[in-house]
Amino acid sequence: MSIIIKTDRTHNFEQGIKSSEITSESAYLNRREFIKQSGLLAGAAWAGGLSLPATAGDSEYGNDFKGLIKTPYGKGESLTSFKDATTYNNFYEFGTGKKDPAANAQQFVTDPWSITVEGEANKTGTFHLEDILKHAQIEERIYRFRCVEAWSMTVPWVGFSLADMLKRFDPTSKAKYVEFETLYDPKQMPGQKRRVLDWPYRDGLRMDEAMNPLCFMAVGLYGRDLPNQNGAPIRLVVPWKYGFKNIKSIVKIKFTEHEPVCTWNVTGPKEYGFYSNVNPNVDHPRWSQATERKLGTNFWEPKTKTQLFNGYAEQVAHLYKGMDLTKYF
Amino acid sequence: MRDELDMEAIIKRGLYMQVKEYLPGLCFFKPLVFLLCLLPFAFYVSGALNQQLGPNPVETMIRGFGDWGIYFLLIGLSISPARKIFNLNWLIQYRRMIGLFAFFYVCIHFTSYIWFEQFFDVQEIIKDIIKRPFITIGFVCFLMLLPLAITSTNAMMRRLKKNWMRLHKLVYPISILALLHYFMMTRADYLVPGLLLLILSVLLGYRLIRTIKSHQAKNKAHT
Repeated sequence: MSIIIKTDRTHNFEQGIKSSEITSESAYLNRREFIKQSGLLAGAAWAGGLSLPATAGDSEYGNDFKGLIKTPYGKGESLTSFKDATTYNNFYEFGTGKKDPAANAQQFVTDPWSITVEGEANKTGTFHLEDILKHAQIEERIYRFRCVEAWSMTVPWVGFSLADMLKRFDPTSKAKYVEFETLYDPKQMPGQKRRVLDWPYRDGLRMDEAMNPLCFMAVGLYGRDLPNQNGAPIRLVVPWKYGFKNIKSIVKIKFTEHEPVCTWNVTGPKEYGFYSNVNPNVDHPRWSQATERKLGTNFWEPKTKTQLFNGYAEQVAHLYKGMDLTKYF
Repeated sequence: MRDELDMEAIIKRGLYMQVKEYLPGLCFFKPLVFLLCLLPFAFYVSGALNQQLGPNPVETMIRGFGDWGIYFLLIGLSISPARKIFNLNWLIQYRRMIGLFAFFYVCIHFTSYIWFEQFFDVQEIIKDIIKRPFITIGFVCFLMLLPLAITSTNAMMRRLKKNWMRLHKLVYPISILALLHYFMMTRADYLVPGLLLLILSVLLGYRLIRTIKSHQAKNKAHT
């Protein structure tokens, strides 16, 4: 497989030892097995603690993560159906139609997978996903997801805190921003055969945004492994920003001093700003951002009013204090 | 042997002529084409009633009707060239019907936007039309199609005489604006509107070349 990066820079996550020195590739735990185990351990640690039932769609839940910790995030939200959340996707690497990713991503190979960490951090290198997950507390969070195209959904993601992961790379004081990059592999990602976007897909966050506890690295949804069309094996979820900031199938994380290049920003600088916070008061040239249509609602059902920062203002508004949000959109 | 071949050729040609000339003249043919043109409409309406238009049915329907509006404009524009190139005179009988179907799909495209996207909120609709250039242009297309639909009757044709032809040349700028509308609402992938633009360019280019040639012929006749 072309994805695995077999260089000497493949480090073990914490000790900084070349992983090839400790375990052979074949000896790696199957990732699914691995997550199940870690979930189980974490679940045991939380025994007697929080265990909130999902509000809807229980029958659509999978069981890929045994003993999955349910968190209070999104308690009481009614969920988008699993089918809608996994058949209506913007993932241009697999085609620009909403149904294309579900149709074209089924053969996508996500195991093995590694992520290269670069830039202003002390622990850089290429890490196997298993090594990253080993340290992660896998939990479920229900988040609202708002696309810039004025549709929205509510999804029970499975994953872990972005901040927890970033801290382990030990970013230096020069790290003002963090940039993410999606895999570039036109053989597997047919959408990349045409230059619809400036591949590879890139996006980024300001460091303080990235360290906000809401930022989430998702490896699953509805208790199942992340479907390929939703950004397998690992994607970003930043619930107060428009969907395209939630970069999928991440292979690179780079800490930088300067604002990183973001694919949609390059494609349409007047339409897609670096921040791209959900904001009903900042209009978009194509779509009114005042309202949104929840996936699965029918013709006669009204649209929903969009909330500032997608309803997460309490947790994130302080990040943008004193900033003119119409200028820094 | 030779005669046999000729007979075969004559029979074949007869069959061909029948398909080409007489079949379209049969009484059921026009209603059949009419029903065919209604198929996309039926597809979206039944899809809506049976909840089979996907997670975002409103978007599916509005886009679908808009697509078909453009397809019918292009089909309508290809009738005259096809008639001349393939010598199919009867095709002209279908031009009005196809044109009116283009108008029909544009109308329900606009109606479904007003109804399901804006829920008849007049203020919001006016704001949207003024503020968003691609909607402005779509709306202009709709307005420009109105006089063409109104003057599509035989009586109107007779009344307007020469001006009828002039008026109906509006369909050229309408088609260009309709594609501009499509291009402007596209986020990144211009493949489909690009293909449609290619088709439109061929159809308009054909007319342009013919006009130039006929001008040249006239000039030659004068000199």
